[in-house]
Amino acid sequence: MLHNVTDVTVATLLDAVAARFPQGSRLITLTCVDCGDDVEVLYHFDRNYELSHLRLRVAKGTVVPSISGIYSCAVIVENELKDLFGLAFDGLALDYEGRFILAEGAPVAPMLRTAPAQAAARNGELKM
Amino acid sequence: MTTAATTTRRTLIPFGPQHPVLPEPLHLRLVLEDEKVVEALPAVGYIHRGIEKLAELKDFQQNVFLLEHICGICSFIHSLAYCQGIEELMQLEVPPRAKYLRVVWSELNRLHSHLLWLGLLADSFGFESLFMQVWKTREKVLDLEEATAGARIMLSTCAIGGVRRDLTDEQIAQVLRGLDAIERDFESFIPAVITDTTVKHRLVGVGVITQQQAHELGAVGPVARASGIARDLRVTGYAAYGDLGVNPVIETDGDCYARTLVRVRELHQSLLLIRKALKRIPATPIAVPVKGNPTGEVVSRVEQPRGEVLYYLKANGTKFLERVRVRTPTFANIPALLAMLPGNELADVPVITLAIDPCVSCTER
Repeated sequence: MLHNVTDVTVATLLDAVAARFPQGSRLITLTCVDCGDDVEVLYHFDRNYELSHLRLRVAKGTVVPSISGIYSCAVIVENELKDLFGLAFDGLALDYEGRFILAEGAPVAPMLRTAPAQAAARNGELKM
Repeated sequence: MTTAATTTRRTLIPFGPQHPVLPEPLHLRLVLEDEKVVEALPAVGYIHRGIEKLAELKDFQQNVFLLEHICGICSFIHSLAYCQGIEELMQLEVPPRAKYLRVVWSELNRLHSHLLWLGLLADSFGFESLFMQVWKTREKVLDLEEATAGARIMLSTCAIGGVRRDLTDEQIAQVLRGLDAIERDFESFIPAVITDTTVKHRLVGVGVITQQQAHELGAVGPVARASGIARDLRVTGYAAYGDLGVNPVIETDGDCYARTLVRVRELHQSLLLIRKALKRIPATPIAVPVKGNPTGEVVSRVEQPRGEVLYYLKANGTKFLERVRVRTPTFANIPALLAMLPGNELADVPVITLAIDPCVSCTER
């Protein structure tokens, strides 16, 4: 089960991340979860093999502050989430403008739930 | 007045996606001043397969088979990370024998992965005889995988609740004999790797990152350990590693040579762990039955040959998962790679890139 989870908002995210940096926490990665009208972004940290997580839940279309100014390695995964989930980040240290993973003509935000197809696949009506 | 700084020309050189030293497509945009790299930018996506998305459309049992196809090199360890996550969600207690078998197969994966990498590294700087000798030995590891798991690429061996295959006493003896032969091979080529002047000339002082940089950039695995970070998830004791004992192999120079030394020493460590596991393996069942569906969220982490892999799983009580997230070690090592390249010659870029042991299939799961 997931332990050490702290809920944050757009306003408190950067302070919560900045507090972890001097403590020696390592940013492992970010996870985006499609929750219907909202998306959840989980920030996973490790310190001496102990995991902790920040959970940010925002409505789709909300601009999320980039943490790449604090953890520069976040720039890669934030660009990945921008491509695959259509997340908009404010203050990305390096912005690939949606072309980090996806090429021109690729589906927009392909990791977001497309409910009818997903339901059809799960009901066995669509072979994936 | 014209200064030297203003007259220096910058050139943009594409490295990859197709390059003789890269088995898989990876693209780096290199900014050069004369022959020196001053900046590098990555571009990926050439073989992205959308496996995380597909995992939402398969049931949680089918996902074992799907997720182990992320990588052909560490396929067993991918399925292990996923199975451990589901087992935690379903509160399944894996039998001890299965835990020991998981160590054996994980370390066979690590052995052949490190040997594959060492051969590719030798090939990247033209040491063809070393490349061939290393890969000849790697074949012996693959033979052991085939003899114990049914195929050179281990698939459908790990399962939720345990493992699908057991080892007979005869197979255990065969593995131990095989490890002796592999160790004899090590004695024939490892001294060349660590003492040869031309090898050291290409690796020592090349692609350096400090311990602080490695930590801040989120480096994992041998890349982090070569910069003095004693982090190895096997220390946490998953599977049977807690019974067997693991001390992280570390070096402190942070260059390509240090990364080579870490992996070479880990070859010996893997031999030791497999022998210990096979000597102590308990006689118990190899799996427990799985009933019901998983529910809740979990993060599962294990140590792949290239470093930490993270699986985030979110289940809702049905047979389908809400989300499967995989962060592979090569993805985590890209920022470190970008920090290693500036200041080095263009001719060293292939060696530095290979020194992180990039797995693009993992990166673009």
